[in-house]
Amino acid sequence: MAKPKPARAPKPDPAEGQKRSPMRRGMDTLIFRTMAPYLTALMVLFSVFVLLRGHNQPGGGFIGGLIAASAFAILGIAQGVSAVRRALWFDPTAIAAAGLTVSTLAGLMSLAADVPFMTALWVFPNIFGTEVALSTPMLFDIGVYLVVTGAITTVALALEEREDD
Amino acid sequence: MAASDAPYIFLTLIAPFLAAAIAPLLTRALGHWAALPLALVPAGIFAFFCRALADVQGGQAITGGYLWVPSFNVSYSWLIDGLSLTFVLLISGIGALILLYAGGYLKGHAQQGRFFSFILMFMGSMLGVVVSDSFLMLFIYWELTSITSFLLIGFDHSREASRRAAIQALVVTGGGGLALLAGLILVWNMTGVSTISLLIEYAQAVKASPYFFAALLLILGGAFTKSAQFPFHFWLPNAMEAPTPVSAYLHSATMVKAGVFLLMRLQPVFGDTAAWETILPVFGGATLLAGTVIGLRQTDLKLMLAYTTIASLGLLVMLTGFGTPHALESAVLYLIAHALFKGALFMVAGAIDHEAGTRDITRLGGLWRAMPLTFAAAMLAALSMGGLPPFLGFLAKEEVYEALAGSNPRAIAFTLFAIIGNGLMFALAFAVALKPFIGTERDLPGGHHGAAAGAETGAPPSALPGISPSRGEIGKRHTPHIHEAPALMLIGPLVLALAGLAAGIFSDAFHATFSAPMASAIAHEQRSISISAIPHLSLPFLLSLATVALGVIVYLLLDRAREAAAAALESIGWGPDQGFDQAMRGLVRGSYIITRRIQTGRLETYVMVTFIVIAAALLVPMTTFGEWPAAPLWPVDAGFHELMVFAIAVIGLFAVVFAADRLTAIVSLGIQGFAVAVIFMLYGAPDLAFTQFMVETLSVVILALVMTRLDLQPSDHRHGFERLKDAAIALACGAGFAALLMRAVQVPFNNTLTDFFNQWSKVVAHGTNVVNVIIVDFRGTDTLGEIAVVTITGLAILALIRIRVSGDVKPADNDPERSA
Amino acid sequence: MEGFMSVIVGIFFAVAIYLMLSQYIIRILLGVAILGNAVNLLLFVAGRVTREVPPIIGKGADALPASAANPLPQALILTAIVISFSFFAFLLVLAYRAYQTLKTDDTHQMRLAEPEDAAEPPLGY
Repeated sequence: MAKPKPARAPKPDPAEGQKRSPMRRGMDTLIFRTMAPYLTALMVLFSVFVLLRGHNQPGGGFIGGLIAASAFAILGIAQGVSAVRRALWFDPTAIAAAGLTVSTLAGLMSLAADVPFMTALWVFPNIFGTEVALSTPMLFDIGVYLVVTGAITTVALALEEREDD
Repeated sequence: MAASDAPYIFLTLIAPFLAAAIAPLLTRALGHWAALPLALVPAGIFAFFCRALADVQGGQAITGGYLWVPSFNVSYSWLIDGLSLTFVLLISGIGALILLYAGGYLKGHAQQGRFFSFILMFMGSMLGVVVSDSFLMLFIYWELTSITSFLLIGFDHSREASRRAAIQALVVTGGGGLALLAGLILVWNMTGVSTISLLIEYAQAVKASPYFFAALLLILGGAFTKSAQFPFHFWLPNAMEAPTPVSAYLHSATMVKAGVFLLMRLQPVFGDTAAWETILPVFGGATLLAGTVIGLRQTDLKLMLAYTTIASLGLLVMLTGFGTPHALESAVLYLIAHALFKGALFMVAGAIDHEAGTRDITRLGGLWRAMPLTFAAAMLAALSMGGLPPFLGFLAKEEVYEALAGSNPRAIAFTLFAIIGNGLMFALAFAVALKPFIGTERDLPGGHHGAAAGAETGAPPSALPGISPSRGEIGKRHTPHIHEAPALMLIGPLVLALAGLAAGIFSDAFHATFSAPMASAIAHEQRSISISAIPHLSLPFLLSLATVALGVIVYLLLDRAREAAAAALESIGWGPDQGFDQAMRGLVRGSYIITRRIQTGRLETYVMVTFIVIAAALLVPMTTFGEWPAAPLWPVDAGFHELMVFAIAVIGLFAVVFAADRLTAIVSLGIQGFAVAVIFMLYGAPDLAFTQFMVETLSVVILALVMTRLDLQPSDHRHGFERLKDAAIALACGAGFAALLMRAVQVPFNNTLTDFFNQWSKVVAHGTNVVNVIIVDFRGTDTLGEIAVVTITGLAILALIRIRVSGDVKPADNDPERSA
Repeated sequence: MEGFMSVIVGIFFAVAIYLMLSQYIIRILLGVAILGNAVNLLLFVAGRVTREVPPIIGKGADALPASAANPLPQALILTAIVISFSFFAFLLVLAYRAYQTLKTDDTHQMRLAEPEDAAEPPLGY
C-alpha cells in the first residue's frame, strides 16, 4: 500500500452477534480463551522438540511445522488473528520465505566444500562436554519446519480473518 | 583466410545483431544520421569478406565453427565458398546502401530506430542463412529471416493491409520453413550427416534412397515458398506494404533469393535427377510467365517491380534446375545482375514516391527535369534489366539463351517461355524507369512535405500501394515544388546501377572474382565463364534481339497490354491470395467449432471423460494381457482391531457421500482421515500417522471455517440416473485401482532402493529415523521443491483471499474484545 | 494382507471419484480430500505392509532389521500429505471466492470463462 489509509472507526454493527458462525460461537468460551495461549505455547515447544529429534526418532520438520501451525490456528480462533500476529512478531509469509531461504542455503553450503549441491556436511563440536551433532540436513529440516509453519499459518490466519466480513 | 580467423568470422556473423541492439539508442541520439554509423557495420562486413575472395577462386571453401550440442552432433559451423561469399557480399554491400537509403526515406519517422534495428536483425539472419553449414543453424536462421520479414512488413502495424501482408508472409514462408526442417531431418536420417559440406559427399546415397522424392518435395516446399514460386507467389506483392527500403532489400535483393540459394546449395545433392530437372523448370517457368503477365496489369511502381521480381525468381529456379551446360552459369550471372538492378529500381520507385507523393504510373510524368540523378540511376538499372549491352543484364541474358536454346522440344518450349518473360520484363523495366520521367509534367501531390505530416502520426511516407496516399489531397491544394531526392537516397540506386555497368564492361575480372567461383561452388566442380559484353552474332544474340523487339512493342502498347492482362486475370477471378483468406478464415472457424465441441464449458463433462479414460487405462490392459490379479486370501489374517479401523474408515467414507448437512460431512471426512492415520500407525509408520493427524485436524478446521460461511449443503440433489452413471464410473475406477494394486503386490518386491536406504541411513547420514533421513538428506532436493510448492500455495491462497471482488477494503480483525 | 487392503484402497478411490463427478463444488472438494488419502494409501500398500515395527534403526544397530516397515513409501507419502493438504486448502479458498463472486456452487452455472453464448472469434487480421 503506497497511500496511507485514513484511520477507520470501527463500524457499529448491530448484527455482529448474529453473523458469528456457529463454530466461533461454540468455541468462544471463557475457558477456551483463557487456556488457548498456554496450549499454544506448549504446542510450539513440543513442535520444536519434535523437529529436533526428527533425525533419530519419529518427527521432523513437516510434523513439527504442522503442530506449530495448528497451535497458531487455535490461538487465532480463541483470541483473534491480531493476537496471533502480535505473538508471531513476523508475518507468517515472511517465516515461510525465510524457511525456504534457510533450506536453500543448507543445500548451497556444500558448494563451499566443493561437493555437489545438497551434499550433507557434519560437524560434531563439543559444547560443555556434550558432543552436539550439527549438520546441513538439520539446517535443512529447520527450513522445512519454518516453511510449513509459515505457509499453513498464513492459510489458517487468512481464513480466520475473513470470519467477520 | 586462415583457421585462426574463426573468431572474427563469428564476430561478423553476430555483429548485425549487436548493432540492432544499439540502433534505437543511436537513432534517439543522432536522428536519421544514425544511418551513417550503422551502415559502417555492413560496410565492415563487406570489407572483411572481400579479403576472402582470393581464397575461394578455385572453388575451395572456408569452413569452421564451434560445437553446439556435441551429444546430438549439432554444431554452429559455417561453409563459405563462392556461392556463400557472393551472397554475403550482396547482403552486406546492399545492406549498407539500404541503411543509408532508409536514413533518408524514413527521416523524421517516430519509429526509425526500430526500423534500423529490424533491418539489421534481418541482415544478421540472412548472413546466417547463406553461411550455415549445419542443418539446424540453417533452419534457425531461415526462420529468423521469416520473422524479421514479418516485423518489417508489419512495420506500419496500424493499417490492416500491413498486418494482413505480414501475417501472410509469415504463414507462407514460416510454414515453408517447417517443411524445410522436415526435409532436412529426413535427409539427416537418410545419410546420418547434419552438415551441407558433408551431405554433398553423400549425394549418391541420397539419390539412391527410397525417401529421395519425399525429401526433395519437402525441401522444395521451403525453397519455393521463400522464393515466391507459383502458386506461393501471392505473399510477395502483398509484402510491398512494407516501407520501400524493405522491398528493395528483403523482397528483391536478398531474402526472396534464399530459396534460390538453397536450391543452388543442394544442386550437387539433388541435381542431375529427373525429378529435379522436371519440377524446377516447370514451376520456375510457370512463375516467370505468371509474374510478368500479372505485373503487366499493375499501375503501382512497386507492384510492377514486385511481379517482375517473382518472374525473375521463376527464371532463376528454372535455370538452376535446367541441367544443361551454361544453365548454372547463367543463373549465377542473372542472380547477381538482378540483385543490382532490382535493388536500384526499388530505391528509385521509393524516391519517386517520396518526392512526388504517388507511385501510380498513370499519374506520373515529366520528372526528369526535377530529378535528373534519380532518372540516371533508373535508366542505368533499366538498361541492365532490359538486357542491353554493355550491362551485366545483357551478359546474363546471353548466357540464359546459351543455356536454354536447343533443338529438342523441351529446349524450344522453355526458350519460348524465356523470350516472352524477358520481353515483358523489358517492357516493365522501362515502364518503371522511363515513363515517370518523360512526357508532360503532371500535377502531382508532392511528397516529403506531406511525409513530415505523415511522420507525426507515425505513418511511413508510402501509405497504400497502388493508390495515391491520402495526403495527396493536401498536395493538390498547394502544388509543391518537386525536387531531387536527398543524397542519402541517391547513393544506393546510383552505386548499384553503376556496379551493374562496371560488371558488364570489366566482364573478365568480374567472372574471375565472382561468377566463376560461385558457379564452381554450385556445380561442385571447376567452372569458368567467358561471356563478355561485346555482341557477337550467334543464336543467343538473335534471341536477344527478338526479346528486345517484343519488349519495345509491349512498352509502346503498354496501356492496351495492361487492359488485356487485366481482362485475362479477371476472367480467372479466384487466386491463391483470396485462397489464403479463405484458408485463414476456415482455420479460425474450424478451431472454434472444434473447441466448442470439445470444451463444452461443463466441468462435469471434463471430469467424467477424464475418469472414463482412467478406468479404461486401468482395466483394458489388464484384460488384454491377462494380467488380472489372483483373488486375495480369505479370511484375512488381520486382527479384530485392524478390521475395526478399516470398517470405521469405510463408514466414514460412505457417511461423506450420504451426508445431508455440512456438519455431518465435515465430521465424516474427519473420521475417514483419522482412520487412515490409525492405519499408518498400525503398520509401522508413526511419522505418517502424526502428520496425518495434524493435517486432518487442520483440514477439518479450515473446512469448517469456510463451510460455515457458505450457505451450501453438501448433499447430492440430482436425478437418480446421473447418480447411477457416476457410481458406475466410480466403481470401475475403484475396481481398476484395487486390481492394479493387488496385481502389483503379487509380483516379487524389488527392494534395491529400500535396502540402500536401510543400509546407509545411519552409517553415512548419521540418522536413525530412515524416513526423515530420506526426506532431508538422500532426497533433499526433492523436498526443497516440495516446500517451495507449499510456500507458493500459501501465497496463492493469501492472494485469493486478499483480492477484493467488490466493496471497500476493511482491515480484517476479529478481536473478541472489540467485537464483544 | 495387501490383497485385502487393496480392496479398501479401491473403495477410497471409488468414493473419491464418485464425489468428484458431482455437479457441485462442495462435493468435488470433499472428493479431492479423500482422493489424497486414497493415493497415499495406494503408495503405502504398494511398498508392502508390515506390522508395527517403524523404520527406525535401534541402538547399537547399523541397519534396519528385515521386519521393519519400508521407509521409502513413507518418505514419499509424508511430503505428499502436506502438499495435498496445501492444495486442498487452495481449492477450498478458490471455491469459496468463486461462490462469493458467482453466488453459486453449481458448476453448470459457472460459465464465466466459457460462456454459453460466446461470441464467434474475429476473422480479420
